[in-house]
Amino acid sequence: MINKIRSADQRRVTLLTGIGDRWRALTKWQQALGLAAFVAILYYLPLLGIPGLTWLRTDSIQGGNNWAGVLFVCAIYVLVAIGLNVVVGLAGLLDLGYIGFFAIGAYSVALFGSVNSPVVKWIQQEFNLPPTWAVTWAICLFIAIVLTMISGVLLGWPTLRLRGDYLAIVTLGFGEIIRIVARNATGLTNGPVGISAIPGPEGAPSPDNKVFGLIDAKPWYWLAITFVLIMVFLVRRLEHSRVGRAWLAVREDEDAAAVMGVYPFKFKLWAFAIGAALGGLSGFLFGSRNAFIDPTQFNANLSILFVAMVVVGGSGNMIGVSLGAVLLAYLPERFRDFADYRWLVFGLAMVLVMILRPQGLVPSRRRARELSDRAAEAEEVPARV
Amino acid sequence: MHFDELIGHLGQHTVDGLSKGAIYALIALGYTLVYGVLRLINFAHSEVFMVGTFAVLILWNQLGVENNPPVGQAILFLVLGLIVAAVASGGTALALERVAYRPLRRKNAPPLIFLITAIGLSLVFVELFGQVLPKLLGGVLPDVFGRPRQIVGMPTIIEQKTLFTIGNTGITNIQLIVFVAAVAMMALLDWFINRTRYGRGVRAVAQNPETAALMGVNQERVIMLIFVLGGIMAGAAALLWSMRFGFTQNSIGFVLGLKAFTAAVLGGIGNLRGALLGGLFLGIVEVYGATLFASNWEDVIAFVVLIVVLMFRPTGLLGESLGRARA
Repeated sequence: MINKIRSADQRRVTLLTGIGDRWRALTKWQQALGLAAFVAILYYLPLLGIPGLTWLRTDSIQGGNNWAGVLFVCAIYVLVAIGLNVVVGLAGLLDLGYIGFFAIGAYSVALFGSVNSPVVKWIQQEFNLPPTWAVTWAICLFIAIVLTMISGVLLGWPTLRLRGDYLAIVTLGFGEIIRIVARNATGLTNGPVGISAIPGPEGAPSPDNKVFGLIDAKPWYWLAITFVLIMVFLVRRLEHSRVGRAWLAVREDEDAAAVMGVYPFKFKLWAFAIGAALGGLSGFLFGSRNAFIDPTQFNANLSILFVAMVVVGGSGNMIGVSLGAVLLAYLPERFRDFADYRWLVFGLAMVLVMILRPQGLVPSRRRARELSDRAAEAEEVPARV
Repeated sequence: MHFDELIGHLGQHTVDGLSKGAIYALIALGYTLVYGVLRLINFAHSEVFMVGTFAVLILWNQLGVENNPPVGQAILFLVLGLIVAAVASGGTALALERVAYRPLRRKNAPPLIFLITAIGLSLVFVELFGQVLPKLLGGVLPDVFGRPRQIVGMPTIIEQKTLFTIGNTGITNIQLIVFVAAVAMMALLDWFINRTRYGRGVRAVAQNPETAALMGVNQERVIMLIFVLGGIMAGAAALLWSMRFGFTQNSIGFVLGLKAFTAAVLGGIGNLRGALLGGLFLGIVEVYGATLFASNWEDVIAFVVLIVVLMFRPTGLLGESLGRARA
């Protein structure tokens, strides 16, 4: 059985490397054309009606969710995966509390943008503003990103000096703390009651909204995918910059990196802050589209789902983690019989990938090489524990 | 802030904290043993405990235990419960080691890969008991798996009553049993590790695996042994939990496991006596904190303690001593 999986896996690897090599062999303008076509397909997806491909749509099954809505969730999970990939895949820090940043992003738009939030009510009282006043959506976006970056630094500052496995557990605790604070600090967050009337780009949800309404999810998907594309571009540039190379150096050998003049703590903190900002952006979109949030939407299982997306997809490789995010968000929606068992399957997928293929489905080449080096070392010194 | 309440009933809160901390300490031993030898955080250990509580639940359910049985029967049920829970938890821990960790060790995988595997395993177990077993066994064991993911109550084996009162501090029979049983189990383990031949093997591998192998210690057997020992301790904790709180759920492991891990780190991970100290200390801090603020902040207190300890004294109160000296 395991051998069968292995040989199937081998075929897939040859296929993948084949695709990668062919892509790199194309000329610049051919690549640009290919990318443009891919982006066009991404924007066309919610309208998908090509005969023969409609079975992909989640509303093609009975009781399936709105197709554009599912795509929207996939898109914000891709954002999460890209952000977490900076922390886990590039800088090599296992963050199990990523849901905390997602929650902070969602709560930023809720607390500052909704007329029902205690924060907005307090500002209205202090400055004698009309009861319909709230912070505009675009400014909330800015607030969300700044707040999550600050919280990333605040969490990272004391904890990034810890050993990797300790860091993981502490971040797990952080995610829980955020959720419990959101639940208990009723004066700030309305507690378990949650916050409603969270605004979108056109302001608070109302039947008059022309584009970003509660029912039609297509505009929301287009908005999210636009953010995804911008972020992919930015993170890509970052990856190939001095900062990106420093992250890889720190991941593979912190001491060696320090000797070469890379100050690990500084770059880890950067990774944390940038990762946090992406998580916050994703949470921001989630809160804004949902128009209602409460603390139960941010439980620890989601943090683990996020990590699963990254490691199953292939940590360190942006295409890999995006694929992981889409798979893990899409499959339970399309295959409803499997939805009950999805957490079980995610857990199993994590275990199997880690044991059989720790570099993930679409590996980062550098990461794969590092892991096989370690395995080779293990064969040389069999006594090592 | 309720300082008056805390100071006025300081003794009572301390006793409550100690009996709570004793259970944390028993679970913490599992983390500490595995960490001491392998330097691995066995994140799935919380599920080893959870499986133990379900084993006790199924046993009592099958025996048809009623509330408040006569003393003789109660003792029988508790002893049987201990055996079944120890076998279930020890077996689960061993299975985790064989199925997941051993292949990873062979490949010399980085620590984070172990941790991610452990998290995946933890999720698998939670879902197994929350979703799969209810589907499979819902008809066979309706009182246990009738409603997926629900809290399941257990019969009261020992009726809670106050044994004696010192000042305004009452000590109940259950608190006393939990505390004494937990400390006895730990004393037994401490004796086993420090005084027996097998224990010497464990300490040898913890100190230096290569040298221990050269001296003829079977490493794989030592590793299996520590997983089983940790599992047995978790099983004992599961029994005490079932007796004291009288319920279980597929997801109880998560927060409890984090707290036990905190206790292990607090005492000095890898240090057996540290786990006891850390567990009791955490139990007391938690009860004090919950009294000072409000009980719904209880879990936050444990996490804050963890962060503070790791920041200022990552080697814990007693230092990491089972294993080699660490930088």
